[in-house]
Amino acid sequence: MGLRRFGRLVKWVGGNGRRPFSTSSSSSCDEMMVQQIASGKSLNLYSAINQALHIALETDPRAYVFGEDVSFGGVFRCTTGLADRFGKQRVFNTPLCEQGIVGFGIGLAAMGNQAVAEIQFADYIFPAFDQACIPSTAKFRYRSGNQFNCGGLTIRSPYGAVGHGGHYHSQSPEAFFCHAPGIKVVIPRSPRQAKGLLLSCIRDPNPVVFFEPKWLYRLSVEEVPEHDYMLPLSEAEIIREGNDITLVGWGAQLSIMEQACKDAEKDGISCELIDLRTLLPWDKDTVEASVRKTGRLLISHEAPVTGGFGAEISASIVERCFLRASTTPVARVCGLDTPFPLVFEPFYMPNKNKILDAIKSTVNY
Amino acid sequence: MALSRLASSSSSGSNFLKPLSSALSFTPSLRRPISSAADDSTTLTIETSVPFTSHRCDVPSRTVDTTPKELMTFFRDMALMRRMEIAADSLYKAKLIRGFCHLYDGQEAVAIGMEAAITKKDCIITAYRDHCTFLGRGGTLLQVFSELMGRQGGCSKGKGGSMHFYKKDAGFYGGHGIVGAQVPLGCGLAFGQKYSKDETVTFALYGDGAANQGQLFEALNISALWDLPAILVCENNHYGMGTAEWRAAKSPSYYKRGDYVPGLKVDGMDVFAVKQACKFAKEHALKNGPIILEMDTYRYHGHSMSDPGSTYRTRDEISGVRQERDPIERIRKLIFAHDLATEKELKDIEKEVRKEVDEAIAKAKESPMPEPSELFTNIYVKGYGAESFGADRKEVRTVLP
Repeated sequence: MGLRRFGRLVKWVGGNGRRPFSTSSSSSCDEMMVQQIASGKSLNLYSAINQALHIALETDPRAYVFGEDVSFGGVFRCTTGLADRFGKQRVFNTPLCEQGIVGFGIGLAAMGNQAVAEIQFADYIFPAFDQACIPSTAKFRYRSGNQFNCGGLTIRSPYGAVGHGGHYHSQSPEAFFCHAPGIKVVIPRSPRQAKGLLLSCIRDPNPVVFFEPKWLYRLSVEEVPEHDYMLPLSEAEIIREGNDITLVGWGAQLSIMEQACKDAEKDGISCELIDLRTLLPWDKDTVEASVRKTGRLLISHEAPVTGGFGAEISASIVERCFLRASTTPVARVCGLDTPFPLVFEPFYMPNKNKILDAIKSTVNY
Repeated sequence: MALSRLASSSSSGSNFLKPLSSALSFTPSLRRPISSAADDSTTLTIETSVPFTSHRCDVPSRTVDTTPKELMTFFRDMALMRRMEIAADSLYKAKLIRGFCHLYDGQEAVAIGMEAAITKKDCIITAYRDHCTFLGRGGTLLQVFSELMGRQGGCSKGKGGSMHFYKKDAGFYGGHGIVGAQVPLGCGLAFGQKYSKDETVTFALYGDGAANQGQLFEALNISALWDLPAILVCENNHYGMGTAEWRAAKSPSYYKRGDYVPGLKVDGMDVFAVKQACKFAKEHALKNGPIILEMDTYRYHGHSMSDPGSTYRTRDEISGVRQERDPIERIRKLIFAHDLATEKELKDIEKEVRKEVDEAIAKAKESPMPEPSELFTNIYVKGYGAESFGADRKEVRTVLP
């Protein structure tokens, strides 16, 4: 299953010629440059993140990287070589205390530093969620009347299914964080995106939670420019143009959606696929414009459907397009409303066939 | 900040070999001829490897009484656990076990010694390194391997996997995935026990990594405030995942970390020391409230299956512990010293154990996967009207069983 994802992914991130970036008004200079320079090194996702962290530490002497086991590379090797290169004063292991890690990061950031904290798995983030992530991180600026902030804080954490992760190494908790005005939530879909978005997150003057799709750490490989570049936050990207239905997703789910789009095309259905990239604050305009064109919307994510971020997108788009464009009910193809299962992962996941069925039933509504 | 510590304390690295040399201090006068090995009720007196170190409490005696039968049982049970974990390693590598998997080999004496001192009415709660604790509570190999492979015959019906073993009839409350989160739960169990007044206690196990979690101290304060019969057992295997204890803890004397709560440092590689300490702790907890036991132990495997276990410690360190402190070898030597069995007899036991494990695996493989409908069970209480939705959220809709 993982390999299939990989194969497709490479195709759509590799062949950039046919992709409609030039029509997207949101593309920044940086982004254009990234598209033009196809001659980077071929990297997988964890190496791209590693490169971004190298650049972040290199370009800002006040940047720090810390978390459980990061000084010897971390469980996914994202921080390999950083401690050797930048020293143990700037790249260091913490005890196993998520609340402490994030709280410490807030303090470090409040002193004007760039704190890049790693929570080893998104499933472990909840002890930190309590005290640090929401009340402190999100509201520090607001409740101090702008005297203090922790804008320098970026929390990196691997999220999502990995094929066999079980209950505590597979969850997608992004929706919890999207309920906290004041933080940003960003999820990349590929190595090139990951590098550019992570550098933007680290340098953004707001606290950011950056979820990395762990399924793609090794599987997703593409050309990544070696230089320092940033991709804009809160700008969705249309990665496939179409006229019949708009599909919105993020992270690892996009490669699955891409497969469904290709299969739908064989049946004559033209799908437009949007990578939301930033979930909070999200790019309503791009999604709205697309739905106005296609008249139909499908959202897909791994997290359980009830209360997932798909619900927010659905409600917002219905508000904006109710009479003008939305001619069919919004479809949500998401994780089931169950705990993330162990042996039942294949049933739980919003896989290609589920998406394809939903595309067809929406288009033929 | 934590950084100065990193740089300065490299010398305090591995001292794991310390309590070793005095490993075998048995009383020679009790040496018995082989013929008497059959006499299971003979009392043998054994001295623990090293003295206990205490914090705010008395020190239990180093002298422990045992019987030939108990010694032989300890040997067999630990050999079984060791073999089971090694088999789990192979099954994981063969991709028959999915999910995450944390192995206990090296730490067997803690599970065995603890069980020897308490009853099944006492509660145990632990984290994700739970296979052997479950076995110690009376779980079967078949249940272990079935659960590991996600089969119906597993102790959690195949729905939990490696990190989620439970055995309600023996007071084993699991099997928890979040570092340190099981300790407050354990204190809640102890609170329940204080009400039930049946003279039982709860052993809440956690690692040296979890010892730095804030919720541990919150729970400890509550337990001490209300004199709960909670025993916090820190299985100090010296590495919190890949970080050595001295890099993560200002004070790696975990038995002292409770401040106002008494503590005891125990050689967790010596099953008799563990047994003695747990007996002492239970008596203490019933009378005076919580106590911390720090078990100085060692895991031979890496933290989990994705950790080779050799990047943050040396191979010499691991083989040194194996040679000097291995809990099974200690018992083997004691058995020889008391002439309770021959080398061949012990080898035969190990062969038997291996066979038992292989048979259990074969049987577990025959156990079917759970029914697909099980995906939707045990989310809410049956009959309370909760519904689950299928992928389309419109047509596939079911009342949760």
